[in-house]
Amino acid sequence: MMLRLNGITKIFGGLTALDDVSFSVDVGSITGVIGPNGAGKTTLFNIVTGLYAQTAGEVHLSQKNISFFNTEELAALGLVRTFQNVELFGQMTVLENVMVGMHTRSASGIFSCAFRLPGQIKEEKYIREKSLEWLTFTGMAELADMNAGNLPFGKGRLLEISRALATEPKIILMDEPAAGLNSRETAELALLIRRIRESSITVVLVEHDMDLVMDVCDSIVVLNLGKKLAEGTPREIQENSAVISAYLGDG
Amino acid sequence: MDSFRQLFQYILSGLSNGAIYALIGFGFAIIYNATGIINFAQGEFVMLGGMLTIFFLAVLKLPLMAAIILAIIISTIVGVAFERLAIRPLKNANPLSLIIITIGASIFIRGAAMLIWGKDTHALPAFSGDNPLYIAGATILPQHLWIIGLSVLIIIASRIFFNHSVVGKAMRACSYNPRAAGLVGINVKSMVMLSFAISSAVGSMAGIIIAPLTMTSYDVGVMLGLKGFCAVIIGGMSSGMGTVLGGLVLGLLESLGAGFISASYKDAIAFIILLLILFIRPEGLFTKKETERF
Amino acid sequence: MMMGKKHQILIFFIFTAAALTVPLLLRGNYLLSVLVFVGINTMLAIGLNLLLGYAGQISLGHAAFFGMGAYISGIITTRFGVDPFLVIILAAFCAGTLAFVIGFPILKLKGHYLAMATLGFGIIMYIVFNETVGWTGGPSGLSGIPNLRVGSLIFDNDVKNYYLVWTFTLAVMLLSINLSQSRIGRALRAIHDSEVAARVMGVNARILKVQIFTVSAVISAVAGSLYAHIMTFIAPASFGFNFSVELLTMVVVGGLGSIYGSFLGAAILTMLPEFLRVFQDFDIVVYGLMLILMTMYMPGGLISGIEALARFVLERVRKRKGDDAQA
Repeated sequence: MMLRLNGITKIFGGLTALDDVSFSVDVGSITGVIGPNGAGKTTLFNIVTGLYAQTAGEVHLSQKNISFFNTEELAALGLVRTFQNVELFGQMTVLENVMVGMHTRSASGIFSCAFRLPGQIKEEKYIREKSLEWLTFTGMAELADMNAGNLPFGKGRLLEISRALATEPKIILMDEPAAGLNSRETAELALLIRRIRESSITVVLVEHDMDLVMDVCDSIVVLNLGKKLAEGTPREIQENSAVISAYLGDG
Repeated sequence: MDSFRQLFQYILSGLSNGAIYALIGFGFAIIYNATGIINFAQGEFVMLGGMLTIFFLAVLKLPLMAAIILAIIISTIVGVAFERLAIRPLKNANPLSLIIITIGASIFIRGAAMLIWGKDTHALPAFSGDNPLYIAGATILPQHLWIIGLSVLIIIASRIFFNHSVVGKAMRACSYNPRAAGLVGINVKSMVMLSFAISSAVGSMAGIIIAPLTMTSYDVGVMLGLKGFCAVIIGGMSSGMGTVLGGLVLGLLESLGAGFISASYKDAIAFIILLLILFIRPEGLFTKKETERF
Repeated sequence: MMMGKKHQILIFFIFTAAALTVPLLLRGNYLLSVLVFVGINTMLAIGLNLLLGYAGQISLGHAAFFGMGAYISGIITTRFGVDPFLVIILAAFCAGTLAFVIGFPILKLKGHYLAMATLGFGIIMYIVFNETVGWTGGPSGLSGIPNLRVGSLIFDNDVKNYYLVWTFTLAVMLLSINLSQSRIGRALRAIHDSEVAARVMGVNARILKVQIFTVSAVISAVAGSLYAHIMTFIAPASFGFNFSVELLTMVVVGGLGSIYGSFLGAAILTMLPEFLRVFQDFDIVVYGLMLILMTMYMPGGLISGIEALARFVLERVRKRKGDDAQA
């Protein structure tokens, strides 16, 4: 068990965004979280990654209770996410973006950086090499020196993923990675997700693109109006009548 | 008895200063609520009110009423021009750029004032003379009454405007949800411009009514602006009673502090309060903690 | 600046060589004394730039740390006769500590709130400088500050002061350039571009902001100490809001996020009043205009304009070479 959510509830003022949501994510699996708009999927991600505090419930990463950890503590523990509205570091190059991903895998502080101590020079070389490796992994190596702000949309998505991979995570949460991609890019994304899993990284996806989800996921969790509606394999979900009516309406 | 009289004196000047801070803070709140921007130049409109009035009185020899009205009108025009030239083209710029530009604009206005009117301090004659009144053994200048009276009037007027007039309600709608307001036919751009117009008008009025008591010069805007900002922070960015209370609290604390602790650190008191509130309870003392919407 | 490492080292070397030979060309010239202040202002601008240009946090009260350094050095050397160089270390330590303590609450604020809070802080310090007359001499200032000395070498003329200041300035430049291109520099720029994504990547934004604020304050205080010993007289008026605005303008005009840009901005704004007497009357208006126009039309500052020009020229040269080769 890589990630376990237990009774996650989130209430904003008068609105219950999430109501007692529980599920587990197995090590090395690709899990999809789907649901109609407003189901609470991004809120769930925000809670797991420490950007929101849940009103009730717990989050466990492997055996560790990370329920109240701060966001910045999670990368070192192996948990990372990408954003629905791509949050690139627009003023830096593609390579530099990925190098930030290696922040928790490096340690030079202000002093050693300012004085360029030998340890820092060595570490900088290591960061650069590793980052290039990740760009090669996602197929973006030729764009390394391009300004991240100038990337076409699909490449920006890919950069977010490359940057997240540089944190050397155990589990990566992707928030609608296929949004805005054309069918070719989506097919490439599916391949990339599989290769990420093959690198022993657990993947959790929030997605609307059903073809991608059904194709790539081992297990799917369905949310609706803040509650967990169903959980199972793609086949089981496709045949679940409650899921069908949630998406298509009852009439 | 004497210390009681002193206390009363401090309270009085604290309340009248506080009323001014409340009016200035008002200006911050109106623009913030309509646009989400803090108008760094708010203090400069306060300065313009006083300086323009003095200019019209002394140089153009206009009667007091006319000078005041003209000063308010010109300040309002400057405020609207500021919105048009510096704010509107940059609504989509990144926040840091917006801040630097508003700072630049406020400095520009201050610098222009210095070029036009020099660095001297000037005094505006009191509206109804300098003969003090004696109430409960304390000295009250007629100007104090003007300040408190006019502040009350402006606050009542704004209450009526925001709660009972169509335009006022439209402005409030813009502050809650500009998208929705636009969809129901409210001209958001006009509302933004109107918010700047009101803020600069009210700001200049504040500058005019305090000018007879405190000297005015080209650089009073920085301090007054910052103190008005402090008032509105204490009050929780409200366009209503919160800011009034915030201003009064600030004025009182400042006055009592100056009287009983140290007069020379008077200004520092306001800024220390500002920092404390921002550090400890940035949503202000008079609002309930808003639940974060996603 | 995205250039090869070799190019960068070369540029810094040329800059240093130029800086060090200037006094030999300008013996006895008034310009030399102006360049001493360019050095001091460059340090200050770089300090502010690390905070503003890299981390994206605005400060309108930076003159306060400058003043703190100046007054601590001035007061302790005049009253207690302690070796000035030791006092510089003390001043740096005090400013750093204050920045560290105040940094945590103040850098939780964002945008305009941060601007107002730093402005308030700056004014509080200014009032303290003015009112603690017993220590600082109040509005009329503090005089009789001794020059710095190393053994029998006393820094009491323009040439010696120039080398003194520029040694520090070049050191600050080098360290800042190193920092900006390192893991820390990237983390700072990440915070600026998207604080939330930076945090997800494990950057502890809260602590890093405070750390860079502290570094910035220390640099400013050291500049202040040097200033005090060079001028031998300091007054609160130099450490108020107007100077904080001037520093902001230097950084914006030169180029946010560019170390050489800070030098450029500092040089222009220090030298302009010297060569355009009329500028002195117009200075506030011009600062305001510069801030507005630069931010609107050249957000990368003058340095970005120069870089664009250099790139344009290099492209032309490359094309020419290509054409010649084909001919």
